[in-house]
Amino acid sequence: MTEPGLPHLLFIGAALFFIGVFGFLTRRNLITMLMSVELVLNSVCINFVAFNRYLWQERLDGVFITIFIIAIAAAEAAVAIAIIIHLYRSHRTIDVGAAEDMKH
Amino acid sequence: MPDTTYLYLIPFLPLAGFACLGLFGRRFPGQTSGWLATACIAVSAAMALSTAFGYFSDWGREGGGYASLQPIDVPWLVFTEELAIHLGVLLDPISVMMICIVTFVSLMVHVYSLGYLKGADRLPTYFAFLGLFTFSMLGLVMSSNLFQMYICWELVGVSSFLLIGFYFSSPAAVAASKKAFIVTRFADLGFLIGILILGEGADSYDFLTIIERLTATMDPNYAAVMAPTFLGFSVIGWGLGLVFIGGMGKSAMFPLHIWLPDAMEGPTPVSALIHAATMVVAGVFLVARLFPVYAVSVPELLSWVTLIGVFSALFAAVIACTQTDIKRVLAYSTMSQIGFMMFALGVSGYGGEAGLGYMASQFHLFTHALFKALLFLCAGAVIHAVHSNELKDMGGLRHRLPVTHACFLIACLAIAGLPPLAGFFSKEEILLAAYQRNHTVFYLALATSGLTAFYMFRLYFNIFWGQGGATGHHGHGEGGGFMMVPLVILSMGAIGAGFVPFGQFVTSDRLPLETHLHLGFSIAPVALGLAGIGLAALLYRKPSPLPGQIASRLGAVYETVYDRFYVDELYQFVTKQVVFRCIGAPAAWVDRHVVNGLVDFTGNTALKLSETVKGLQSGRVQQYALVFLCGLLLLGLLLMYIF
Amino acid sequence: MNLTAILAIPTLTLLAVLLVPRARQARWAALAGAVAQLAASLWLLVHFREARSSGDSGFLFQWQHAWYADWNIQFHLGVDGISVAMILLTALVVVAGVLVSWEEERMSKTFFGLLTLLGLGAYGFFCSLDLFAMFFFLEVAVVPKFLLIALWGSGRKEYSANKLAIMLMGASVAILMGIIALMYSAPGGQWSFDMLHIAGWEIPADTQTTIFALIFIGFGVFTALFPFHTWVPDGHSSAPTAGSMFLAGISMKLGGYGCLRAAVWLLPKGAVAYGDTIVVLSVVAILYGAFVTLMQTDLKYINAYSSVSHCGFVLLGIGMLTKAAVAGAVLQMVSHGLMTALFFAVIGMVYARTHTRQVSEMGGLMRAMPFIAVLMFLAGLSSLGLPGLSGFVAEMSIFVGGWERGTNFHQAATMLAAMSIVVTAVYVLRAIGATMMGPLRQEAHSSLTDAAWYERVAALVLTAGMLAMGLAPEWLNELVGPDAAAIADRLAAP
Repeated sequence: MTEPGLPHLLFIGAALFFIGVFGFLTRRNLITMLMSVELVLNSVCINFVAFNRYLWQERLDGVFITIFIIAIAAAEAAVAIAIIIHLYRSHRTIDVGAAEDMKH
Repeated sequence: MPDTTYLYLIPFLPLAGFACLGLFGRRFPGQTSGWLATACIAVSAAMALSTAFGYFSDWGREGGGYASLQPIDVPWLVFTEELAIHLGVLLDPISVMMICIVTFVSLMVHVYSLGYLKGADRLPTYFAFLGLFTFSMLGLVMSSNLFQMYICWELVGVSSFLLIGFYFSSPAAVAASKKAFIVTRFADLGFLIGILILGEGADSYDFLTIIERLTATMDPNYAAVMAPTFLGFSVIGWGLGLVFIGGMGKSAMFPLHIWLPDAMEGPTPVSALIHAATMVVAGVFLVARLFPVYAVSVPELLSWVTLIGVFSALFAAVIACTQTDIKRVLAYSTMSQIGFMMFALGVSGYGGEAGLGYMASQFHLFTHALFKALLFLCAGAVIHAVHSNELKDMGGLRHRLPVTHACFLIACLAIAGLPPLAGFFSKEEILLAAYQRNHTVFYLALATSGLTAFYMFRLYFNIFWGQGGATGHHGHGEGGGFMMVPLVILSMGAIGAGFVPFGQFVTSDRLPLETHLHLGFSIAPVALGLAGIGLAALLYRKPSPLPGQIASRLGAVYETVYDRFYVDELYQFVTKQVVFRCIGAPAAWVDRHVVNGLVDFTGNTALKLSETVKGLQSGRVQQYALVFLCGLLLLGLLLMYIF
Repeated sequence: MNLTAILAIPTLTLLAVLLVPRARQARWAALAGAVAQLAASLWLLVHFREARSSGDSGFLFQWQHAWYADWNIQFHLGVDGISVAMILLTALVVVAGVLVSWEEERMSKTFFGLLTLLGLGAYGFFCSLDLFAMFFFLEVAVVPKFLLIALWGSGRKEYSANKLAIMLMGASVAILMGIIALMYSAPGGQWSFDMLHIAGWEIPADTQTTIFALIFIGFGVFTALFPFHTWVPDGHSSAPTAGSMFLAGISMKLGGYGCLRAAVWLLPKGAVAYGDTIVVLSVVAILYGAFVTLMQTDLKYINAYSSVSHCGFVLLGIGMLTKAAVAGAVLQMVSHGLMTALFFAVIGMVYARTHTRQVSEMGGLMRAMPFIAVLMFLAGLSSLGLPGLSGFVAEMSIFVGGWERGTNFHQAATMLAAMSIVVTAVYVLRAIGATMMGPLRQEAHSSLTDAAWYERVAALVLTAGMLAMGLAPEWLNELVGPDAAAIADRLAAP
């Protein structure tokens, strides 16, 4: 059995990405959608780390970006949850269908 | 030649009166406004008469005839180098004669009005309008420029409108004033286009220049305007023809006469001044002013003038025989007499003996102004006494109104053409001129002259003889001195004006013309006149069933004449059914539903479109995300294929 | 004479109107400003005449300031006779408009502020020699119109305000496109919005034709070019009195002036190519407008449709392309501005008293309000072209100028246009006869009051203008004539 190489990691990244997108587009629950977004972000992180590891081992750009993304994701999650809580307060639900007010 | 720049004062004094009364009239107590206006016009009249005296006896003479002088000429509006509206004064025999007539009759009417409208409401307004009219009419007759004449032409039109509608609470007066203005306006359209054509043809609007350029066969302008154009008429033929339409409107020639009888809704002195003596002869004056051009360049147009003149004369005389409102009878009589003046111009030639018709026409204009003003003022006195315009309310008034009676009789004799009164002389000249040119016209004119005698005396006997009318004789006698003095003065004019050697003064070529009275020729018209009077005496001197029987025997013919040949109904039909229903209403509909509909349609379509597009903006986050991703994907593919 | 004063005074007025402590003082500020503007424009007239008589020609009192140097946009002011006439008209209408709104109590600060702003836009428009600045001021003048109608209007005011704003904005788009296209046709790539430069360019004929169409239609909408006139009746009838006066007296003139200045003067070849089309459209507007007016029963609609007819004369004069006709078009703008403003003022006065604008509900009002009746007569008679009042002078100039062209087509068009004087007489006299004359229709109308002082002054200001133009037209004709001739000469040049 060969050692896992770049293609495997990229495959995992792509799979995670599409699972995330699928989840984001189909779930009605905002928390689940948030989780899906996290999956998408993490798939990107995997890609960065993988490329960094296999293509530019002498540099750390990919790793830095990944750490950066994790930090942003944390912040973003905080904001998103705040919005969700507000939505719950005003609409008594966290179903995304209830949040159609954006069209106005 | 003395300094004649003072001439501008003649029209401007009445204008000053108008401005003063119009602005401050309400502050003047009682009759003051009337006195002020009368004073203005009296000074004007004095200046006009002295001008006439000086002109005809002294400084107007030139080479055996009379000069055309242009002492004042001020540019008012300059269009191009050649074409400009100038305001000026043109003195020649006809304009000098006209300023005398206008100021004199206006003065008489002013004095008369002082008595007639004593204590009436809105007196300052009335006198202000009279002043405006007098100003405009004087400006019209003194015009040195075709456009100046048009300006004054419109102004007399509007003063006539204002004065007819003076009793503005009466719907009939309002309708009549609008009708008068609109009908004459319609004719003025012709005048205006005629002016444009003539101005372009002669490269000038100045009367003297136009006459000079368009009668000289050597002039380059002349050749250009004689070229045939639309429908084979020459340019100048169109121009003069259209100008003549303007004259027809103002002078109430058939078929544009319908406004004149209705105009009698105005105060009676106004009818005397505007709708008998002065404004309505403006058309005759206009043709006379441009007469050399008519006679030299398009003589064939003059046969139209003759035709329309003689037809109007006869047509109006026939209608006058059946009307029962005395002012309407007088109105038709005016129309008929103007027809005489018109066809006299039509049968005239230019210069020398051939110009007899021109001189006769102006002579008749002169005498007619005097006796027709007199007739109207007498009618005013009668109406003042019985408070009605209808013949049936009158009768036997000769004892109650002796002065009026005498004056009315003089005027009737004058208009019937009996010697030695004024109308006799002028009408003889007209008939003679017609006889020399065209026998048919002569016989028609002769018949009309007989009819004139008949209907005037029908009026006379109905008013002053017979039995008293239905309305009782409550008190009102003749008006005071203010009303009587003008009557007496005018009747002296009606008696004596015929002896003026008119041919010495006013002729087509401004050279004296010897006129002879042919006694043999006078027999027929005088005899016919006497016959008309006799017939009227027979029918109307005593109450008799005869007129009624004749009327019922004539049946439909009488009805048709009484209803004025249904010309008014025809106009009603044209305006109501054609203009309003067939042009105005569809235009309004098209504007609301087609033109505006198109605009609304555009707006609504935009709204609909936005409704449709709005669906995309659903507010569903997931849908947005999907679209976003698809877009991203497409963009990616696109980039991949391009690069 | 410094032209910036013409813009500075209304700007200061605007500030004063907005900054006065109490709402009721706004009207005094507006009035004082309007009078100052009138004085300034008379001052301008005097100085202009002096300068012209001493031999100066072309645009006088020029003043230039770089506004956006990268695109060579200049704030370039300058006036010729035509602009001076328009500025004078604007000043007269502004005074009268402020006065007739004297009793406007609702949001009066904003109201007077908007009136002043509209005036400011018009002054700027008439002074500008830079196309971009001109366009800017045109837009400044449009927005207040929308607000005036939408906030203080009556009837279907939202509909009318929207329609007006959208049609005029659409027109502005056409103008802007034209301006930009014109800029791109600069020879040698030397962009400029300055009209004095553009007038010197050699632009190929087909480019001129295309741009001319854009600019002319754009400004044409402002001045009720058929068939883009439908904002006029609705806009006028829904607007408050002063709004209608400003619309007819000032706004529609922006269009006529723009057509003349930005389209005909700058693009003579385009004007020659489209001259006959303009003549046809304007004759249609004149007659069609007149006949539609015949059928109206609401006084404001009567006057609004008659404006369509009268503004047709402006375009007819422009389309005839001769000096007398172009001068006549300018005279007609002044005349129409004054008499229509007066007519709207009178309608406003009548409406304020009888609370109706339907002709059939009035009658015999002359008894109760003689002064207002006289004003209505004056406005009406001027509208039907009575000599001695302003309308006659302008119409005759256009007729003579049109006839001068000499071709059968132009003479036929002149004749058809002249026919409207009869129709005009019919509808004017019907309106006056039915409202002012005749028996009293409603008992309550016998006790109505006549005009108040501010209404009298407003009307007298306009009447004075009408009479000054109608009785002695030559001063105005002299003012406008040389510049009209300059335009006509450019057209005649090969």
